[in-house]
Amino acid sequence: MILAVLSGFIFAALVPFFSKFFKRTIPFVLCALPILLFIYFISFLNQIELGSYLMFSYSWVPSLGIDLDFRLDGLSILFALMITGIGSLVFLYTANYLKGHQYLDRFYGYLSMFMASMLGVVLSDNLMTMFVFWELTSISSFFLIGFNNEDAASRKSALTALGITGLGGLVLLAGIVILASVGNSYSFTELLGSSDVIKSSSSYHWIIGLVFVGAFTKSAQFPFHFWLPGAMKAPTPVSTYLHSATMVKAGIYLLARFTPLLGDTYWWNGTLVTIGAITMIYAAIHSLFRVDLKSILAYSTISALGILVFLIGIGTEKALLGAAIFILAHALYKAALFLITGIIDHETGSRDASKLAGLQKVMMPVAIAGFIAALSSAGVPLLIGFISKEVMYEATLQLGQWAIILTILIVLTKIFLFVAGFWAGIKPFTGPLPKEFQKAHLPSALLWVPPLLLSVLSVVFGVFPGLLEKSLIQSVFSSISGSATIIDLKLWHGFNTALMLSILTLVVGFAIYWFLQPSEKNFQKTIRFERISPEALTRDFGNIFSWFAGFWTRFFQNGYLRNYVITILAFLTFLMAYRIFIGVKIHIDWDQISTVTPSEIIVVTLMIISIFIAIFSKSRTTSIVALGVVGFANCLFFLFYSAPDLAMTQFSIDTLTVLLFMLILFRLPKNKTYSSKTIRIRDGVLSLIFGTLVAILVLEVFEYPSSTDISKFYADNAYVLAKGRNVVNIILVDYRASDTIVETVVLVIAAIGVYSLMKLDLNPIKKN
Amino acid sequence: MKSLLFKTASDYLLPLLLLFSVFMLLRGHYEPGGGFVGGLMAAIAFLIHSFAHGLKETRNIIRINPGMLMPIGLLLTLLAGIAPWLIGQPFLTGLWFEEPFRFVGVVGTALLFDIGVYLVVIGATLTIMFSITETV
Repeated sequence: MILAVLSGFIFAALVPFFSKFFKRTIPFVLCALPILLFIYFISFLNQIELGSYLMFSYSWVPSLGIDLDFRLDGLSILFALMITGIGSLVFLYTANYLKGHQYLDRFYGYLSMFMASMLGVVLSDNLMTMFVFWELTSISSFFLIGFNNEDAASRKSALTALGITGLGGLVLLAGIVILASVGNSYSFTELLGSSDVIKSSSSYHWIIGLVFVGAFTKSAQFPFHFWLPGAMKAPTPVSTYLHSATMVKAGIYLLARFTPLLGDTYWWNGTLVTIGAITMIYAAIHSLFRVDLKSILAYSTISALGILVFLIGIGTEKALLGAAIFILAHALYKAALFLITGIIDHETGSRDASKLAGLQKVMMPVAIAGFIAALSSAGVPLLIGFISKEVMYEATLQLGQWAIILTILIVLTKIFLFVAGFWAGIKPFTGPLPKEFQKAHLPSALLWVPPLLLSVLSVVFGVFPGLLEKSLIQSVFSSISGSATIIDLKLWHGFNTALMLSILTLVVGFAIYWFLQPSEKNFQKTIRFERISPEALTRDFGNIFSWFAGFWTRFFQNGYLRNYVITILAFLTFLMAYRIFIGVKIHIDWDQISTVTPSEIIVVTLMIISIFIAIFSKSRTTSIVALGVVGFANCLFFLFYSAPDLAMTQFSIDTLTVLLFMLILFRLPKNKTYSSKTIRIRDGVLSLIFGTLVAILVLEVFEYPSSTDISKFYADNAYVLAKGRNVVNIILVDYRASDTIVETVVLVIAAIGVYSLMKLDLNPIKKN
Repeated sequence: MKSLLFKTASDYLLPLLLLFSVFMLLRGHYEPGGGFVGGLMAAIAFLIHSFAHGLKETRNIIRINPGMLMPIGLLLTLLAGIAPWLIGQPFLTGLWFEEPFRFVGVVGTALLFDIGVYLVVIGATLTIMFSITETV
């Protein structure tokens, strides 16, 4: 299992090395990965019965309760199958879509990285592990959205998406930490047992609030939705994979996953229904004012995500069942529509819904796929979209006093989505073929087979819902709702209100489609509301923030090293002086201070003399050497007080510092001007105060009884646990080895930073 | 620097200091020393050589770009961390060979880890120093 999850990362790491040798065949080699994974997950289907689940545990950081535990139940297998299944199709599609692209290998690397992170999110049982994968999806999607990195708009959308989802991720982390501290475990399976404790705890509202922000940012809910239309700058395979079928559903997954744990309370249901309803209706209306096919699809996707949040919020068994089916139905038809849009764009060079028409004459198979997908999106009988819509309507109709208003909302949304689906899937193919698109022709089978396959699945599952019922949807339903009710999916529900509403949806939807054409004029009408949209407000906030950051940076980091030092010292002096002022007894315990030996006096004298030389010398070299002497004298002190490790390190560092100074100062001209007397006095006074305060601080440290437990533990166990006698080194390489890893990484970053600062030459005049 | 004395001395200092740095690295587990100090010393050794003979000469001796040592070192530390996974232990568990090796003593993942740190420190220090020398 761990191999299945991480294989995408391994592939991504290997691709750059091998792509040179198999330039042509590499896409096909890579397609094998999602296909194999898909088969692998299919093989688990029959093991996951009603509410049961499989656990796969690998220890990672057991001491912190963070392990690579994977939980395979209905919900996670549904997502795993969607991720690998649609992944396979997208991998195949890309092979032709981006054929001959310079960075095709890079693209596949990002894609497999993304697939692996997404699998990690949906399979992890440990919440901390899930969070790590969650962030990885944000990062890999950043690379994918910004894939055309020479396009400024692309880079900007990538940053917006990363900013919003990354921020949401941080909030989610806070939620997870609180949740884990209340429930006393990071494991979802264990937390599930203490569901009541969590729901009645005082931090419950914090937990759900923070989790909501995480889920809403990821799943593009109002008011965080605007990153998704922007993310459509990505190549179409990315939009298909990330922004309709998988990544944006991660938030939905999270809410569905947490429903049995946190759900079924007033605030949980109320918030989700409200936000879901606003999102679904707001985005559905928006989608009718768009002209770009991808924009239409983006807004209809946001609307569909809103529906899912809405259904999870309603929280009745019917509603959760509706959500379970709709997740699958939506993934099937929306991915198909996106792929079709990609084909149209690829062949005609246009995505303008108001101009495209008549393409069925030149690309029949694509048109068939488009028709079916649009019909499924509309919820026409015999398609899976119909079944999901029926269940949804039944769910809202059951709600008693809220039934009417919620049903009206969902029917309206569905009508608008009907139109949006038709615009994307049917309109480009019907009518007369305009002259400008005469030259378009049917692309390679690699492009049109994937959407056709998805559409055919919509039909197969729509006609034979029994195929899904027992094998998949039943277990998805039990893992979301936690109940053991046996579900029953039917094509024919009899003449009831839901069917009437369905017919109403179809009729009104078709009427709107007939009379309303996508046009540039309608799109322009929405522009005037742009000022108050969440996107514009966020942008204004961002501008103010970056202006402030610029001001702040210019003020404190003005490029003069001496000013930096002064600022730091002054601030520290202020802090320490304040602390001493509000009450520290200055008291020197002479007993604790060891007797002064002659050698120490000699070293101290040496230090003082060199300090004076450093200050008053007229030559830079002399000053530097004098400073070096101070450092080396310091080493002697470390040696006197038995800290050889420290002495050695300090010695090497001092040597390096002197060498570095020499390197640079050696080449500078002789000192000509000196700082004025007042500045020198100011600096001297500040340094003296600072030095005195540090001395007081050190003396104060003696006042507190030092705890020897920790050092004793290290000393006692160094040999037993880590087979070494040098405790300092054992701490570095064993006890605190992960710290050391991070520190080495920091060192590398610093080196790269210096290198790029030194070598990067942005001055155009110099270059010429 | 064109001092003949310094040049001649640096010829002998380079191998001696390098040997000493490896010694430092190896003894780190039992006596004062370790990868960090060892790495610094090796870097100083090369730096002194570059002072005496010029950067080009030193780069010729190192052969590979010192920057390359950084990823190699990071990879080694990571490897030391991942190795325990192979036998189902958590990340960064210390593993040890049963029998001590001659001269080196008991060898374990900690040594691999320290070698990684050693290489990163050499790589980072030399990259910083060399790029400054070349540009200033």
